[in-house]
Amino acid sequence: MSKFHVSTTVNGDTVEYLCDPRETLLDCLRDKLNLTGAKEGCGTGDCGACSVTVDGRLVCSCLMLGVEAEGKQIETVEGISDGDVLHPLQKNFIEHAALQCGVCTPGVLVAAKSLLEKNPNPTEEEARYWLAGNLCRCTGYDKIIRAVMDTAAELREAS
Amino acid sequence: MDYHSPASFAEASALAANATGVTRFLAGGTDVLVQLRSELVTPDTLIDIKKINGVSDITRIADGSWTLGVAATGAEMSEHAELVSDWPGVVEAMDLIGSTQVQGRATLTGNLCNASPAADSVPAMVAAGVTVTVTGPDGTREVAVEDIPTAPGRTSLAKGELISALNIPARGANGGDAYLRFIPRTEMDIAVVGVGVNLRLDGDTIAEARVSLGAVAPTVLLVDECAKAIIGTTLDDAALETLAAAASAACNPINDKRGTVEFRTEVAGVLTKRAAKTAYARAKGEQA
Repeated sequence: MSKFHVSTTVNGDTVEYLCDPRETLLDCLRDKLNLTGAKEGCGTGDCGACSVTVDGRLVCSCLMLGVEAEGKQIETVEGISDGDVLHPLQKNFIEHAALQCGVCTPGVLVAAKSLLEKNPNPTEEEARYWLAGNLCRCTGYDKIIRAVMDTAAELREAS
Repeated sequence: MDYHSPASFAEASALAANATGVTRFLAGGTDVLVQLRSELVTPDTLIDIKKINGVSDITRIADGSWTLGVAATGAEMSEHAELVSDWPGVVEAMDLIGSTQVQGRATLTGNLCNASPAADSVPAMVAAGVTVTVTGPDGTREVAVEDIPTAPGRTSLAKGELISALNIPARGANGGDAYLRFIPRTEMDIAVVGVGVNLRLDGDTIAEARVSLGAVAPTVLLVDECAKAIIGTTLDDAALETLAAAASAACNPINDKRGTVEFRTEVAGVLTKRAAKTAYARAKGEQA
């Protein structure tokens, strides 16, 4: 079976990989680019642990093939911090203890960042609906929502 | 698995016509990739149509009707203010499917071709009178949405045929549509019953109507008896009761863990009344 050569941009860096057409974008990020932040929870688009953005659009990387990434702009959790300086969302997740086991956290961070870029002033209901595709089996969501709402307020004040 | 990303629908059709084994077309992939992973369907040939020009476009044409590219996503539809204003029922039906992440990829055409009787967008499209352009080895033809699914997981598309565009009629004056579904929780579940209603008023009287039911039969139904129950009325209580009875009478559902036959049949009547009220209020400009 022939492999496909894919050239794409991940967190601002041009990257290339060879992939089998059956491999998902998640497989390619984790196994070829060693970006293991995105997690495989369900592999069927239900849990959101593999969330990334593609051309600015929030998607499940398990529901996209690696070959489809050709020429796209992909952002993962690894691109959220500025080097060692954490993004306000990341700081607030630590502050609120909005994580326990951490498997869902990269996906939640990517999804929450995507929400705040689209809607800097979400209501709690909007935030909960937006993040409804990110399942967490530890925290019960309240701390996650508080961290997101606090970050939204912080970012509005800073801008 | 062979992967192709043709530059035209004619090329996509030729690839499919000449392929052996199982062929799947890839738009948003929210069903195809799940089936691939669960080994329900392992295509020998996968044809990604997203490299074809214009497949993500949402275009209003001169006569007021709409052409949607087959890869236009739910998120793109919800963000299109004019489309939402013209066809709120079609957009809200699509928007009910899955999470934010799924909305970023999922398409109307994929929802239709997956041919689930519980597909949320399909009753809304049937009520709206949406048609699809089908490209095949012999050229193109236009087909009503209700004629695409033939049974759960099966469509009327022949080998080498694929949907190349989706056509939504002009909204026109004094029209409104709505979609409602029942699920056992607030979000992200499969419809137990789905109802699409589209109508046009002449003053306070319903002049035209189309009513479609999902998840209560092997395919989505266009129920003429429901339309007849409300055409010529002002959607008064008597008309609503006749409408509900016609909707329940059209049901031929399965019994499963999400809903019994009796439950689905009753809920179809209740939801049809509610969807008709919303469509009526939208037609009068009283509700967004």
